[in-house]
Amino acid sequence: MYLILHMILTRLNISTARQEAFLLFLVFFLAATGCRGTDPNAVGGVMTVAGSTSVQPFAEKLAEEFMAEHPEYNINIQGGGSSAGVRAAQTGAAQIGMSSRNLKEKEKGLHERVIAYDGIAVIVHRDNPLEGLSKKEVAGIFAGDYANWKELGGSDGTIHFVAREEGSGTRGAFEKMVMEEREISLRALVQASNGAVREIIARDPGSIGYISLGLVDNRVKALSVDGARASRQDIMGGRYELVRPFLFLTQEEPEGTARTFIEFIMGPQGQELLSAEGLIPGE
Amino acid sequence: MSRVSPRELAIERILQAIAYSSIAILFIITFFIFKEGLPFIFREGLGEILGGVEWRPTKGQFGILPMVVGSLLVTGGALVIGVPLGLSCAIFLVEFSTPKVRRILKPAIELLAGIPSVVYGFLGVILLVPLIRVHLGGPGLSLLAGSIILGIMILPTIISISIDVLEAVPRSYREGSIALGATTTQTVSMVVLKAARSGIVTAVILGMGRAIGETMAVIMVTGNAVAAPGSVLDSIRTLTSNIGIELAYASGDHQEALFATGVVLFVMIMVLNLAASMTRRKRIR
Repeated sequence: MYLILHMILTRLNISTARQEAFLLFLVFFLAATGCRGTDPNAVGGVMTVAGSTSVQPFAEKLAEEFMAEHPEYNINIQGGGSSAGVRAAQTGAAQIGMSSRNLKEKEKGLHERVIAYDGIAVIVHRDNPLEGLSKKEVAGIFAGDYANWKELGGSDGTIHFVAREEGSGTRGAFEKMVMEEREISLRALVQASNGAVREIIARDPGSIGYISLGLVDNRVKALSVDGARASRQDIMGGRYELVRPFLFLTQEEPEGTARTFIEFIMGPQGQELLSAEGLIPGE
Repeated sequence: MSRVSPRELAIERILQAIAYSSIAILFIITFFIFKEGLPFIFREGLGEILGGVEWRPTKGQFGILPMVVGSLLVTGGALVIGVPLGLSCAIFLVEFSTPKVRRILKPAIELLAGIPSVVYGFLGVILLVPLIRVHLGGPGLSLLAGSIILGIMILPTIISISIDVLEAVPRSYREGSIALGATTTQTVSMVVLKAARSGIVTAVILGMGRAIGETMAVIMVTGNAVAAPGSVLDSIRTLTSNIGIELAYASGDHQEALFATGVVLFVMIMVLNLAASMTRRKRIR
């Protein structure tokens, strides 16, 4: 709630001091009118975690389990994207920011904690006879070099390649790790979420796309890249290269609720939950 | 007698305030779109934005020409599909069916307008897109799919307005035509449609407005590639989809570029409406 307001106000270009004043007013107003979430004097507390939509579903599961065990805490998970997560942590709009990519140079200075690693899987339709491609070939497909699967040793059929939208953390990671100097063709089909990409690949036998490894299911097939399989084993062994960190960002060394929550995630219970969801442990 | 009671005056003032506030909302929206978008347009240059074909907003390229083309093509396609269907339906209901049939069918058609656009989009993805992919080729997510879905979505607007317009044509026109020996079909095509022409143009304009502004269904069925299409089976991105897909993650220049997209869309809708209402006025004369 606080974060959403904060984001709206930032977009309206209202100075931070006035924003704070307005938000303070609002908080008091809501408190006075009886809209209080929790008693601030109680043990535990309310906390907002915001950012990457790739991390969001996992963070929600973690928060759910954490709150089941510690009912005195109230953790609120919000999306918005990796860049918004970094901003939220910097401005303090959220106690913890989530990012699904490494921080850029100008974003450094935050306290980073890798809660898990996620592979990016290159996926094709279940019936596609191909098992693997080289990284160069994948980059070539998304740059628009190939028109037909035959050119890559597959069966006859047009290639439909599906990318994520500009600004997405998954697209950013894919561009950096696979495309390198090349650019994703403007003819790429574009979908705004991992789920939407998977939906298209599952229905169209000629399509190829990339999604978070944790979201690959049996309706699509993850290709091996440069001979390494998109599996936990090959990622842990350092062979599969398309891996990105899931970061939890805080302004300072985490304290209080943020610290308790991060400790829970890094502990055996949290890491087991993340493994079960298909992620690779953070340490 | 001329004295208005304070109670009456208060009610009048309250109604006035409510009426003005709805207009104020229109101005606030306009103001904010232009305030966020115009500085960017001046900085980058209108030619660079409107004439550019490369949209790579995170790398400083902001050409939206493919999206302008996409919006115009899919709207045109929707009209090609929606207008003949809608008009035929209206003509049948008014001229050839019994009042009883009309009483059942008209509300049913108006119910179509109440279906949320995400449902149309969903049906498009599940039914239409695979049909196009299997039988016509391409990825299925295409200009054609967008045009068909939008064509269906504008049907209720076109049908219900056309029905009202056709019903408003005086009975004496039809009787006169028939008395002169014309058949019903001739009467409809030569007399009734001519008399109702300006109203039908209004129906088409309102349908066009709905088509060009639609976002959700279009995002779902057109594939959103940022390149001008080579055929109706190619993917397109419209101006509305561009904002809808990218706004959530955009920041800085990228975000301003999306507001600039909004400005272009706004101006385009204004120009289309103006052109359409001018041709309508000319025809009335």
